[in-house]
Amino acid sequence: MILTVLILLPLVGALVTAFVPAALARLVGLGFAAATLVAGIVAATQYTVGGGMQLTETRTWIESLGVHYALGVDGLGLLMVLLTVVLVPIVLLAGWHESDAPGNNGAKSFFAWTLALEAMSLAVFTATDVLLFYVVFEATLIPAYFLIGGFGRAGRGRAATKFLIYQLAGGLIMLASVIGLYVVSADAGSPSFLISDLAAIDIDETTQRWLFVGFFVAFAIKAPMFPVHTWLADTTEKATTGTSVLLVCILDKIGTFGMLRFCLGLLPDASQWATPVVVVLALVSIIYGALVAIGQDDILRLIGLTSLSHFGFIVLGIFVFSSNGSTGAILYMVNHGIATALMFLVAGFLIHRTGTASIREMGGVEKAAPVLAGFFLVGGLAAAGLPGLSPFVSEMLVIIAAFDHHWLVGSVAVLAIVLAAFYALWMYQRTMTGPDRVGMAPVADLDRREVGILAPLLLALVLFGFYPMPLLDVINPFVHDSLASVGIGQEGGPQ
Amino acid sequence: MTEFVKPSIEYFELWPLLVVFGVACLGVVVEAFLPRSVRYTTQVVLALGGLVLALVGVVLVAQDVQTYDDGAARGVLAVGGTIAVDGPSLFIWGLVLALAIAGVLLFAERHLDGGVSAFAGQAAAVPGTDAETASIAANREHTEVYPLMMFAVFGMMLFPAANDLLTMFVGLEILSLPLYLLSGLARRRRLLSQEAALKYFLLGAFSSGFFLYGAALLYGFAGSLDFASINEAVRNDVGNQALLLIGTGLLSVGLLFKVGAVPFQAWTPDVYQGAPTPVTAFMAAGTKVAAFGAIMRLFYVALGADRWSWQPMLWIIAVLSMFVGAALAITQTDIKRLLAYSSVAHTGFILTGVIGLQAADQLAVGEISSVQAVLFYLATYGFATIGAFAVVSLVRDGGGETTAIDRWAGLGKESPVVAAVFAFFLLAMAGIPLTSGFVGKLAVFSVALAAGAWPVVVAAVLASIVAAYLYVRVIKVMYFDAPVGDGPSVAYPSVLTATTIAVGAAITLVLGVLPGPVLDLAAVAGEFIR
Repeated sequence: MILTVLILLPLVGALVTAFVPAALARLVGLGFAAATLVAGIVAATQYTVGGGMQLTETRTWIESLGVHYALGVDGLGLLMVLLTVVLVPIVLLAGWHESDAPGNNGAKSFFAWTLALEAMSLAVFTATDVLLFYVVFEATLIPAYFLIGGFGRAGRGRAATKFLIYQLAGGLIMLASVIGLYVVSADAGSPSFLISDLAAIDIDETTQRWLFVGFFVAFAIKAPMFPVHTWLADTTEKATTGTSVLLVCILDKIGTFGMLRFCLGLLPDASQWATPVVVVLALVSIIYGALVAIGQDDILRLIGLTSLSHFGFIVLGIFVFSSNGSTGAILYMVNHGIATALMFLVAGFLIHRTGTASIREMGGVEKAAPVLAGFFLVGGLAAAGLPGLSPFVSEMLVIIAAFDHHWLVGSVAVLAIVLAAFYALWMYQRTMTGPDRVGMAPVADLDRREVGILAPLLLALVLFGFYPMPLLDVINPFVHDSLASVGIGQEGGPQ
Repeated sequence: MTEFVKPSIEYFELWPLLVVFGVACLGVVVEAFLPRSVRYTTQVVLALGGLVLALVGVVLVAQDVQTYDDGAARGVLAVGGTIAVDGPSLFIWGLVLALAIAGVLLFAERHLDGGVSAFAGQAAAVPGTDAETASIAANREHTEVYPLMMFAVFGMMLFPAANDLLTMFVGLEILSLPLYLLSGLARRRRLLSQEAALKYFLLGAFSSGFFLYGAALLYGFAGSLDFASINEAVRNDVGNQALLLIGTGLLSVGLLFKVGAVPFQAWTPDVYQGAPTPVTAFMAAGTKVAAFGAIMRLFYVALGADRWSWQPMLWIIAVLSMFVGAALAITQTDIKRLLAYSSVAHTGFILTGVIGLQAADQLAVGEISSVQAVLFYLATYGFATIGAFAVVSLVRDGGGETTAIDRWAGLGKESPVVAAVFAFFLLAMAGIPLTSGFVGKLAVFSVALAAGAWPVVVAAVLASIVAAYLYVRVIKVMYFDAPVGDGPSVAYPSVLTATTIAVGAAITLVLGVLPGPVLDLAAVAGEFIR
């Protein structure tokens, strides 16, 4: 029941927020987000570390199509749920004043859509029925569309449309595969969309490959990966940083989450078949994302494109099929969520002060606003994989796994560390150091609200940088199950 | 010549049909004898009462029908085997009647245009003459639209239930003729409306000719017009194959014209745009439902054994309809034309379901059947369409309805509720989950894929992406574009239109979230009797 409560709380919250008087909307919205956070923590306490789906509930939803309302979490799902419930209140606090600014659609709408997005995302991470997953997967797009289109900089309507079309295209391609699974299960006896039923079917190789392509294209657009990433930078540039956090740190995780859950879980043979292509695409994403990020003048585009590089790492970790790789990838999903959220939010506060997102027009912020600069530096270093901050652990694991897979893959991936240090530090140097820009008032430092918003993220980065064990304990049983389904033992490397 | 035998008439089973026909005739009498002042009220009450009575009849008959001829299907052959009252017929009757009730409510709307309906004051008055001015000044309106509509409803019910080619042709004509007339009765932009009516009539008459010619050829092939005998002849491979093939092709032209499939779609945008919006709403929803019922009966019952000759044709037409409809819709600047081309695309999607024909023994237990999928899709499409056109009739400026899409900019701020409802209908047509359109798409794609028509499904998915763009574009205009000039204004409707929109939206939501009951109903409707 706790998972249903977890999904219903923000959903009801979204409706209530939409109909209370505008003055109350923010408080009510935040209240529901906080309640969801509590529910998420309660769910985590009920979860016992180990393999398999837990906290499950199953009800028939559409009988004639074999669809169930089926929920459950494993290690992967739990971490994604926790990441979501933690980030949403932070995003709401960060958007407290910004969403009400002239030109934006109003705080009420921002809070309501954010809660709706949270509800759908939580449903995505807990669904154990393929069609339920698909339904909420697509349903996340509507709140996201209105968040991008309603808040942010000029040209956001266009960006929102581009985002939606890309995602819908991916979703519809996936629909073909989802229906394919239905037909496969009908041919095998009785139609069912339950993941557990589908996993028990032995799908022949050719069918698996076709189904894999459909799923993978959708998840690659979502994640995003080269060459279907072009919506990403446009979206992060135009949307508010709060929306970007929701998109990049939570929604995009659905892509890699789906690869683990569906590509590996249901179509293991095809996943192995596709590995060479996927690994190459992942490497291209890693290098290309970092290179393009270096050349950006717009901070928000830059941060968006670094995520392309990071998602490349995650996908690489997933598709080298080893215990290190998978563990690293899942850890990366969590760490990237925290580190990128920090980067986006600091950048948002900075842009709010300078009135521009152009790196060229900034400079000397460090002297006037040391705290802001400090957060910015930590965020950048985390993205660059500095030891002591949590992304380092995951990046190391993935790179080790990459070398195990093939030395060439490892050596290409390792290049990204150099590039990441370059884009992070160069961005810091150009914006924070140097002389003040002529004609620009000194930048005010972060106030207490803003520090309060960023502090938990910073703490998490440091904590999991030195002590990642709690996360690893949750991840390991899942990785074990996942690799077993692909037919690979715990020790790594193909048998 | 065999001796003429007087057919027995199954009054109970045919009750819904007879009530609608009776009310239509009564409406004509009302026009002739009642004074102008009371006609509006009388006609509306009569039409609504008749439709509700017929709907009750459908429910009663549906509860009563027995298994036919020891087969899997249930139903009776009425009037000497010319009308098949079976599960699919009853489902379609119910659907047509429900859509017609919504249609009457839209027809009766008088709040939007200063106290008069959307129909011309005096259709016979030439536009721009003194006679027209006089009729407008006198606040006249045509109340013949109600009996005309009831005749169309009667045709829509007879058409899919017809069990021989002649009855089917009669149904086709009864459904078409009133619609030609209704299309030309717009109060505003009358020339456009009359042009639409003339185009529709000429092309429609032409396609009826094709249908009739096809029927004649099939008679030449099978020596009979009723579907069971044709099926028998096809099965036993007697008769001239050329006659069969040409006949099938010509019949298809007539039927595919009615559903607006490519390459017979040319009339749709003009007629949808020119006809008064309430007529467009009713026609778009009702005709498609009725004609797909007829298509399925003809292809499944009469030509089921000849599947391999017509299936490739439908594959191609389905794919063409989806792509041409979606691609041309993107280029439109008028919302009614856009919805018209979108209906062409939907025709393609529904045809995807039609080609998924599988015999009952090929289906797994609990697997969805083709008839079930198509019937469900028709229900989702019908209510979303009638709701969407009802919303179109609300957005107005000084010259009547504002149908230019760029004039809809800023509607999201001007009138959040109307914009939200319209966006919801568009999302349903795009097939976004949690709307009825998604479940409909899922159902028709599933049956097509199960029947091995994967190229069509892949094409349908790609076409859906194109179609998604076109709906999202309208939503973007409403919400994120700056208004042009004063922006549109939304007229407050009376309870009639408001009810139609609210019910349409509610059904679209319910069929998206809890489609089980209607899917089950479509499953209970089962197969056609043969």
